[in-house]
Amino acid sequence: MAESVVLHKPGVQSSSAQRERASAAGIGLRTVALAYVTLLVLVPVGVLVVRAVQPGIGAFFDSLNDPMAQHAFQVTWIVAGISVVIDTVFGIAVAILLVRYRFPGRRLLSALIDLPIAVSPIVVGLALMLVYSPTGWFGPFTESNGIVIINAKPGMVLATVFVSLPLVARAIIPVLEQVGTEQDYAAASLGANAFTRFLRITLPTIRVALAYGVVLALARCIGEYGAVLVISGNISGQTQTAPLLIGDDFQTFERDQGYAIAFVLVLIAFAAILAGAYIRRRQRRSN
Amino acid sequence: MTTTLGEVSAGKSADTFATPGRRRAAGGPRLGGVSGTSLGVVVIWLSLLVLLPLAAVVGKAFGSGWPGFWSAITSSTTADALKLTIGLSVVVALVNAVMGTLVAWVLVRDRPRGAGAFELVIDIPFALPTIVAGVVTLALYGSDGVGPNLFGTRTGIFVALLFVTLPFTVRTVQPVLLDLDRDAEQAAASLGASSPTVFRRIVLPQIAPAVASGAALSFARALGEYGSLVLISSNIPHHTLIASSLIYGKLQETGDRSTQEAAAIATVLLVASAVVLVLLDLIQRRIARRG
Repeated sequence: MAESVVLHKPGVQSSSAQRERASAAGIGLRTVALAYVTLLVLVPVGVLVVRAVQPGIGAFFDSLNDPMAQHAFQVTWIVAGISVVIDTVFGIAVAILLVRYRFPGRRLLSALIDLPIAVSPIVVGLALMLVYSPTGWFGPFTESNGIVIINAKPGMVLATVFVSLPLVARAIIPVLEQVGTEQDYAAASLGANAFTRFLRITLPTIRVALAYGVVLALARCIGEYGAVLVISGNISGQTQTAPLLIGDDFQTFERDQGYAIAFVLVLIAFAAILAGAYIRRRQRRSN
Repeated sequence: MTTTLGEVSAGKSADTFATPGRRRAAGGPRLGGVSGTSLGVVVIWLSLLVLLPLAAVVGKAFGSGWPGFWSAITSSTTADALKLTIGLSVVVALVNAVMGTLVAWVLVRDRPRGAGAFELVIDIPFALPTIVAGVVTLALYGSDGVGPNLFGTRTGIFVALLFVTLPFTVRTVQPVLLDLDRDAEQAAASLGASSPTVFRRIVLPQIAPAVASGAALSFARALGEYGSLVLISSNIPHHTLIASSLIYGKLQETGDRSTQEAAAIATVLLVASAVVLVLLDLIQRRIARRG
């Protein structure tokens, strides 16, 4: 497969006559595609940015310095930070298991990892409630041990990890598949234990892909709305995250603040996209 | 591992990085001490986080048997919400199959100046929090928006869904188009086939599995979407009330009956997602067999 691609690559250069004919027909397609993406994505995002800065820079920063907004951002960082750490550890473990080992149920595990992508965030919230609320399956157990999960940060972390579950694993699995296990075996034959092998061989090879996965997961964790809404109770000044505050702002006609916080989250998303593009370019170069 | 070093380096030089699924590890060692323990931890964590909670939803939905489940999902408000949600998701998937393929085509084959920046724009809907996607839609199409007023309309929901699902088809079709062998296309063109014919008879059959899997992902995402719709939809029963909003509404009510109804609606969404995932897996296996 790989070799056939190499052999046929030169064929990509089409004759100039063909190219001209194609481009005449292609201009129509190009226009439609560019117009579609511009109207669907660029124009609305542009309008949001204008709306956010319209009230003036002073008002913009006042909206963000509001104690409620400050607290919401703080909760967001804490929940997203813990969730990303869990995502990373879990993602690496799952990726190594799926790529390097054979065991019964391996395909099932692989399918299960992707399941959260296809589950509605609201259903995620409901599912966790049914198990971890005081009247849920494990409610009595957690309650008697003094662990509060629902309407508190542990539940919000669970919900956030659920929705971002496959991102890290899916980013590093292709790299692990490509590098194979020869180096790992060589190190093992020389007496390196599993931990040393992971630290000295596996981690350096997956470093770039891992960074990409972590960026994706972080963006997802910061922005989660539906699942966190259900599980956190959306208690203002306690369990309210920045996305939840935006939702409230638009329902209580505090639109200026809503637009200001949304603008900050847009900036974070742009930073994530640029970081992702940079990492991918490095990945391509190192290949 | 059956992958030899030679194959790996050939793969690297051919830049087949975009389609990693094609070369799966065909063998591997059995589990040992450390890996066995980590498999145990992974399975326990997945059970506590994903499996048991989802089982709890299905269990709750059927808590009072099949009649309870059936009456919950066939009440007129719920049935309309489910029909609207599934119907919109199907249309969104179809539009994405066409527009996503077109955008991917332009990105790969046409490659206009500024295509790099264009690609970054495609990623925006993925990176934006869903509620911000909702704010973005509202800023343009809200009641005091710049554009036409789509507040509380199905069109408004539809536009928001197209926004959040834009990258799915583009990102699944793009790598396949990049990898496509163009000799057959050129042969067909040299024999007098028109561009549309070449596309329909040669390109389309090869990218069809990727288009289908992108459309399936869009469908699954649209089915469960909440954050980007909550601001624009205004939840009018029988008109703009979607399934996720209805579930959330039922959870705000107290009482076991409304929780059971919420679980029943959630179960319908889960089953629809599961069907889509299984179809997707079948498609991907077909691709793997061909590759």
